[in-house]
Amino acid sequence: MRNIITILKKQLTDTFKNKTILIQFLLFPIMSVIMERTVHLDGMEAHYFAKLFSIMYMGMAPLTSVASIIAEEKEKNTLRVLLMANVKPYQYLIGIGFYVWIICMCGAGVIAAAAGYTGEELLTFLTIMGVGNLISIMVGAAIGIFVKNQMMGTSLVMPVMLIFAFLPMLAMFNDSIKKVATVTYTQQMTLLMEKMRFSALSTESGIIILGNLIVFIVLFLAAYRKNGLE
Amino acid sequence: MIRLHNVHKSFSGREVLKGVEFEINDGEIFGLLGPSGAGKTTLIKILTGQLDFENGEVFILDKQVGDLNGADHKKIGIMMDQFGVYERLSCYENLKIFADIYQISKDDIRKTLSDVGLEKASKTAASNLSKGMRNRLQLARVFMQTPKIIFLDEPTSGLDPATTKAIHRLILEKKAQGCTIFLTTHDMTEATKLCDHVALLNDGNVVEYGSPQEVCRRYNHQNRLKLHFYDGTEEELPNAADSAERLKELFLAGRIETIHSTEPTLETVFLELTGRKLEENE
Repeated sequence: MRNIITILKKQLTDTFKNKTILIQFLLFPIMSVIMERTVHLDGMEAHYFAKLFSIMYMGMAPLTSVASIIAEEKEKNTLRVLLMANVKPYQYLIGIGFYVWIICMCGAGVIAAAAGYTGEELLTFLTIMGVGNLISIMVGAAIGIFVKNQMMGTSLVMPVMLIFAFLPMLAMFNDSIKKVATVTYTQQMTLLMEKMRFSALSTESGIIILGNLIVFIVLFLAAYRKNGLE
Repeated sequence: MIRLHNVHKSFSGREVLKGVEFEINDGEIFGLLGPSGAGKTTLIKILTGQLDFENGEVFILDKQVGDLNGADHKKIGIMMDQFGVYERLSCYENLKIFADIYQISKDDIRKTLSDVGLEKASKTAASNLSKGMRNRLQLARVFMQTPKIIFLDEPTSGLDPATTKAIHRLILEKKAQGCTIFLTTHDMTEATKLCDHVALLNDGNVVEYGSPQEVCRRYNHQNRLKLHFYDGTEEELPNAADSAERLKELFLAGRIETIHSTEPTLETVFLELTGRKLEENE
């Protein structure tokens, strides 16, 4: 547990000095606050911007930050130093994953506050974000473990992130894209956010979200088995 | 303290260590010398548990290297050339991470920074440090955990003489405190100055082992004395009883400015054994 907390503290100190990661964590919550407060159009769905940005946030921030953190540590050989200091791979991964999850949930909290969610709506929103962020972290960790350096990480993260973060938005405008997007967890999260109630979760949505989680856990384990944290 | 017996290691069918054997005693500085590709880093990685080996035995702290536990790892400090530091974090913050892992107090972090001469740079980001300062930061990380065994992979490579001297002082201080130090280096002067024993590694084999002085004496084929006179001329004599009369004559004439024996340096020995210079392929 001590090592996990050390990784958390290390990452927290580093994040404030790492503008690239910091912007990813702050961008969508800040945009949500600004847009929710300033833009109100007739006929627009309630909390439209909060819902839109929260899905983008879920598909982008945890995924890119976890992949980037792991890839950078591998490239700079700081991860090897940690492992040589007897930090276990699972402690490192839990530390990084938990840290990113907490930060992203804080971001989700800001978006929820901007939308003014309370009661069941708030609980539902945070649950959706919590599960979505967790799946994105698994995707990011699988990429981070798979790649050898940051450049390779960026080139792999970009298309994956675009699929998960932007497909639900594009699905609003095109039925074909909507059909494709249905199999992604972010699209299912978008559908859940439209109702913003736990009871709105259909069996199909549940199976797709669970299926996504299982697929990415398998991919993560395969990447770890192939490369370890080397 | 450290013992290797018949260690073999191959990469893609190419054998890089071919039955390496040696022992390192408690509290000594041991130098592993060899040209690039000789297997030095591979050997360090095996000794520190970063790499598996195929055959043989490796004992550290009286245990097989694979049986070392967390408490044992705390007694082993490793500084490798390829190890990184957290670029955005300050020297203090870099050390704080490992201090938390090893449960070391903040006072000890400050003391270690002071010991390696980085107290004024404690708030400086690692990205702004010179190569010598980065090496000292890495040494600080290793020293802070008060290890019993320290592995140093070319700790002074590419550093200026003043920084090299400062690092030598730190290494000798650790030896005086009872640490066993395993050092790889290309610098033969460094090996001669610091090491109690050296092993010359070439093509995966230990081709020579002993104290630097022993190794040099073993290859003193010429066994001659080189005399330098005040008038700028030189003369060589066999290092034997036959030369006594001539030496006496020169001494009485007051001509001799310096006398040197002609035993080879470690570098000359290595060149003779391997046909390669130590810096080759760097």
